[in-house]
Amino acid sequence: MAMTTTGAPGRGWLRWLVVAIPYLWLIVLFLAPFLIVLKISFSTTAIAMPPYTPALDLSAGLGALWEQIQEFTFDNYIFLTEDSLYLQSYLSSLKIAAISTFLILLVGYPIAYGMARARREWRPTLLMLVILPFWTSFLIRVYAWIGILKPEGLLNQMLLGLGVISEPLNILPSTLAVYIGIVYSYLPFMILPLYATLEKLDETLLEAAADLGCPPIQAFWKITFPLSIPGVVAGCFLVFIPAVGEFVIPDLLGGSDTLMIGKTLWAEFFSNRDWPVSSAVAVVLLAILVVPIMLFQNAQKKASE
Amino acid sequence: MIKHALSGVALSAMLAVGVSNVAQAADKELHIFNWSDYIDTSIIEDFTKETGIKVVYDVYDSMEILETKMLAGGSGYDIVVPTDRNLKRLIDVGVFQPLDKSKIPNLSHMWDEITNRLATYDPGNEIAVNYMWGTTGTGYNVNKIKEIMPDAPVDSMDMFFKPEVVSKFKDCGVYMLDSPDDVIPAALSYLGLPPDSKDPAEIEKAGELLMSIRPYIRKFHSSEFIQGLANGDICLAFGYSGDVIQARDRAAEADNKVEIAYSIPKEGALLWMDSMAIPKDAPNPEAALAFINYIQKPEVIAKATNYVSYANGNKDSQAFISKEILDDKTIYPDEAVMKKLYTTTPNDPKVQRVVTRLWTKIKSGT
Repeated sequence: MAMTTTGAPGRGWLRWLVVAIPYLWLIVLFLAPFLIVLKISFSTTAIAMPPYTPALDLSAGLGALWEQIQEFTFDNYIFLTEDSLYLQSYLSSLKIAAISTFLILLVGYPIAYGMARARREWRPTLLMLVILPFWTSFLIRVYAWIGILKPEGLLNQMLLGLGVISEPLNILPSTLAVYIGIVYSYLPFMILPLYATLEKLDETLLEAAADLGCPPIQAFWKITFPLSIPGVVAGCFLVFIPAVGEFVIPDLLGGSDTLMIGKTLWAEFFSNRDWPVSSAVAVVLLAILVVPIMLFQNAQKKASE
Repeated sequence: MIKHALSGVALSAMLAVGVSNVAQAADKELHIFNWSDYIDTSIIEDFTKETGIKVVYDVYDSMEILETKMLAGGSGYDIVVPTDRNLKRLIDVGVFQPLDKSKIPNLSHMWDEITNRLATYDPGNEIAVNYMWGTTGTGYNVNKIKEIMPDAPVDSMDMFFKPEVVSKFKDCGVYMLDSPDDVIPAALSYLGLPPDSKDPAEIEKAGELLMSIRPYIRKFHSSEFIQGLANGDICLAFGYSGDVIQARDRAAEADNKVEIAYSIPKEGALLWMDSMAIPKDAPNPEAALAFINYIQKPEVIAKATNYVSYANGNKDSQAFISKEILDDKTIYPDEAVMKKLYTTTPNDPKVQRVVTRLWTKIKSGT
């Protein structure tokens, strides 16, 4: 007893620290950078270093700071609505992400189902195989697809060799190649949560359904699928959210006509050197993504209740 | 001549006299930021041997990366190598410090032809010293082009801007630089308009020309075409001379029976210049000056040219450049072609917006 009373203040401090670390992490690595981006999005471009004004110089004193803050403007956000390019980019990104998510679900569900129904001793190996690609850099794996899909690449050589086609397919670069790249890259993020829910599924429910004369296909749609919905939801959000802002895959595999917000943002920042407008693009993108993230959290809450 | 004797004979004498100087320099580092694949690394080793200054050499593969780093400030680099228009923009921002020319006696070897052109971007040549220069033109797969169109006008921009010509190469693969600063002047010049036009109506005309050939372009990208040409994946690219020459050399190395050639369009072409400059916040500007002086020694810069196959801005170095490169009219064009090479100046922000918007429209084909 004496031990616990003397240990209590120390433990309290420790508990406080454990709670504080994640918050500190979020403040330093998420909130602070976001506020900087938000601030730049209210600035105006300038021929200066850094290339925007006001730069918020604290050394000039608080009065000067207030004057600088008054220079803030919403012009960049208004500009985003005036040029259809940005709306088109957002919509095209959402569309590409949504279609990819659906395709990944179509491919990932049978894989996760097969894994969950495999013999128990095989499952760790199968799980390992899903995770294994992560041991190679994402960038290199996307580059590998260039080697597969290009006109003189492996796929075309194989199809030409088999006599399926007589002219090489021009898949690369194109939006189709972007879909292939996204489905490939994000597949594990769909399989893992699906596998986790399907593996926990109570098999006696299916046995009972069979005993009562329910054919397996109907049992799947009436029992397995509804019970796996939390996994489906988690997988879809894990795939959809990063896919919207994807830059590497459309840059490497996409054609010049593949419009995605990640590329538009890159061009705004690097080619136009317009940091304020690109910051506004980033802030709007974040706002768009907060909606599905909140939906996701709601769904999680419901699932846990 | 005196310089020559110094470097040849008196290195040990210098070491003996100036031990403290060398020791001081030795604990200093020189940070250089240059384009990738752009130097014979033995030059850096020799420089360290001669001066005791350790060189940290980083590379970038797009101008945007350099420009963004410079605009953010505090890059920690002593020498960077921006290309003309970017150089001008960064000079206007006030990123660089003026050169102390008394520390670069080798400037006496520079080639007026290039120095004068560089003054368009760097008035009075106060800030930058040219490293390499080249042109923007046509890279092509010799055999495939011959196969598809035996009388292809490879020495003309008709290759890209005449729909009935470029459409023939569509399936074979046509690439264009993802750089409005290079492509729009070429389109303007093809239409007989001034390549450096800032008139939105004229720029729109160039845009119409580009839209008319857009269906035949596989992709707009500024570096993928090097590997594409070398592998035989594409057969025509509008790109930088040095990159095409690099593709030619890669194909020759791979021995894959792909033969790549470069040509400067007869209508005229853009002459670009990569030049060395010292940022204002450079930690070690003295070492930077020493390096710029070292690299402009005619033998040294000739060694760099022999390695990367680009022309340099040092007239006296031409005595040390291999015949193969000096006689290559696509690297060192003759005077008549030189006269047709044009340079362009940066756009003001308003014109830049028109250009960028037009460019996105062309690229997305809508």
